[in-house]
Amino acid sequence: MKALEDFMQKMKPKSDGKFPIAHAVWDGTYTFLFVPGHTNKNGVHIRDSVDLKRTMIIVVLSLIPCLLFGIFNVGHQHFLALNPIDGIPYSFLDKIIFGTIKVLPLVIISYGVGLGIEFVFAAINKHPIQEGFLVSGMLIPLIVPVDIPWAMLAVAVAFAVVLGKEVFGGTGMNVLNIAMVTRAFLFFAYPTKMSGDKVWTNTSLDEGQTLVDGYSGATALGNAVEGGVDAIPSIMESIIGTIPGSVGETSIIAIGLGALLLLLTGIGSWRIMLSTFVGGFLMASVFNLVAGDNLFMQLTPLNQLVIGGFAFGAVFMATDPVTGTQTNSGQWSYGILIGILAILIRVANPAYPEGMMLAVLIGNVCAPLIDHVVIQSNIKKRLNRLKTA
Amino acid sequence: MSKDVKIRKGVNIKLKGIAEKLYADAATNSDVVLKPTDFPGLIPKLSVKVGAKVKAGSPIFYNKENDKVLFTSPISGEVIEINRGEKRKILEIKVKVDGANTFESFKQGDPSSMSREEVLDNMLKSGVWPFIRQRPFDIIADPMVTPKAIHVTAFDSSPLAPDFGFIAHGESLVLQAGLDALAKLTEGTVHLNITGNTNADEAFASAKNVQINKISGPHPAGNVGIQMHHIDPINKGEVVWTLNALEVLTIGRLFKDGKFDASRSIVVAGSKITTPKYVKTVMGANIKDILKGNLEDGARIISGNPLTGNQVQENGHLGFYNYQITAIPAGGEPRFFGWFPFFGFNGFSLSRTSLSFLSPNKERDLDANINGEERAFVMAGQYEQFFPMDIFPVHLVKSMIYKDIDLMENLGIYEVAPEDFALCEYACTSKIETQKIVREALDLVRKETS
Repeated sequence: MKALEDFMQKMKPKSDGKFPIAHAVWDGTYTFLFVPGHTNKNGVHIRDSVDLKRTMIIVVLSLIPCLLFGIFNVGHQHFLALNPIDGIPYSFLDKIIFGTIKVLPLVIISYGVGLGIEFVFAAINKHPIQEGFLVSGMLIPLIVPVDIPWAMLAVAVAFAVVLGKEVFGGTGMNVLNIAMVTRAFLFFAYPTKMSGDKVWTNTSLDEGQTLVDGYSGATALGNAVEGGVDAIPSIMESIIGTIPGSVGETSIIAIGLGALLLLLTGIGSWRIMLSTFVGGFLMASVFNLVAGDNLFMQLTPLNQLVIGGFAFGAVFMATDPVTGTQTNSGQWSYGILIGILAILIRVANPAYPEGMMLAVLIGNVCAPLIDHVVIQSNIKKRLNRLKTA
Repeated sequence: MSKDVKIRKGVNIKLKGIAEKLYADAATNSDVVLKPTDFPGLIPKLSVKVGAKVKAGSPIFYNKENDKVLFTSPISGEVIEINRGEKRKILEIKVKVDGANTFESFKQGDPSSMSREEVLDNMLKSGVWPFIRQRPFDIIADPMVTPKAIHVTAFDSSPLAPDFGFIAHGESLVLQAGLDALAKLTEGTVHLNITGNTNADEAFASAKNVQINKISGPHPAGNVGIQMHHIDPINKGEVVWTLNALEVLTIGRLFKDGKFDASRSIVVAGSKITTPKYVKTVMGANIKDILKGNLEDGARIISGNPLTGNQVQENGHLGFYNYQITAIPAGGEPRFFGWFPFFGFNGFSLSRTSLSFLSPNKERDLDANINGEERAFVMAGQYEQFFPMDIFPVHLVKSMIYKDIDLMENLGIYEVAPEDFALCEYACTSKIETQKIVREALDLVRKETS
């Protein structure tokens, strides 16, 4: 490794040279390959070995099960929609290859556009490139429809990184969850590409392939909203995840593996995850009570929690430490708010079948208020102590 | 009514190189140094020039804001050097030891039979006053003010810290004299906070004229600010004075022997020390004399503990408030893919992102690497795990960064000192220089509210 280290040091461009981006790229590459050997100057002399890169990589690792299953599922859903050629069923390998061809470009575009913009901002502001986009870049491909046109994805990522993060000061300063901003941008700017029953499964046909009769590519949520509750997949199918949906959100098992890693390492807040599910459960139960003839409202709470993007949002989006509440007691209210809103929006408003996206964004906006209330009660306690002293 | 406090948040960092409970042979001292930079917020004014002959207890400099607060020489000798820095700021005053061991005389006797003014005067003239610090602001106590209470911590829970009970063993009379002197200075209680983790030394358990409180739990249970918060929190407008038990011993010796006896037992510890042991030396002593033959290569020498101490060079000197010299590996090497969790360089982490959490009781050899780069605050709930006070540490630090004085007051800045944040700074994912931020904020608030 000494040889690599020496090579990197030799290549180092001047920090005030003609092309600031050269230094930013060098710095990003160097800190990716090595943890720098800088030593402590002020304050403590020893420091913990955990740093932001390690934290972010653990979140990325926890998303890998969703990514892998999503790749398989994209292929699986595609071939489910087609009649087998000459009676030969499609193989596992067919599905994986198809899925990879469809999903990998999304990942590349997401990271490419996002990191590219971050490098430019780092060069302009003369600060080192920061790790915030490592996680958002992996989240974005998992929450968009697999057939999203690449140009739209690039525009959405650029919008989210510039206006959602960089204008506020970069990593650690954003108010809204970047991946959710990307999805919201796509939803409001290109609504026809983000909703309806044709977008979640790739039904393009190659030579010799024909669509199965009466095929509908609707997701479970899409079905439920239209009242076709009978067409909703069984709970077991929803848990395994072989259902239509955006790339990463379908399999509860894959999400569960990711949640396990986040909880074991202490990176994901268990309070937020638990309270989001509790909030969703409560709202679904309330709907059960007032259901009447509405079949959607009659869905059991468990069923509500496993369909759509609820579980994915609860585990990976709501637990974002920067945009969520930062006080431990505030995290309970924050999670319950998101859970309630997600179910409320998806059931009560037919125009927004995906309530989790808006619920997380609204939660992000309310998080500072929740924190403020918690802090104020601490301040008041201190002032009261002053009065009675 | 003594209190029993259990500290739940915090952690003991186990480092290699704990000192055996034995005294090494005393080193002969060549010179001592007094550093005005040891005292935050102090503007010193010199009482001597280069070449002046001094005895132990002779004034070297005084506080510009209150010329009664004297800083005296720990040994007898000759002032040979006064080093200044930028803008003629006094960095250190070096006194060469002459071996004559002469002392200035001060009032001797039982403090309980003296008046408050006599006790105060004796302490100010002899140079023991700077041992007394105050909250708010964690600076030298203002002798014009009467504090609501005085807290003495009888143990230090920092990594590799000395065992106060071992040092104070057999000195109950001296300790009592010091405690009696303190009791004269306040209308309220003198609290002696002893450790509840092990049996406290008899010298502490038999102390009178004080309220003995038991504090158990991990570091920072030994921090006097944390103890104060759980026993009797301080409010805006109140003043509390703080010391540790070894400083009380020095005060006790003043009243028992009538002289400023700046000798102290310290611990020399850390993985880069060949034989970690206890050493009898004097305040401000030359580190080279103390560490002779005991130091290995590639070390960072710290006067104090690795969390709150100051880095010194090998020809540096022991700080006024330090009872420990630590030598850890200097570090400085980059690590290939060092950030990858679980595999490769594991490092030690209090978070569960490296496999070190499987062996929590193993002694670690930590070096001085930052292990990352400075970032904005990202993780939530991390500081709270190591900050056992009813204060929101991250919100307080953020208000310090953007200098919102009202918010700082409301969030509890009057209760804290930089050392209370040391463990948080250690664990910080974003590698923020928390103690520096806290110290600057305390100085700012003190200036703005005076």
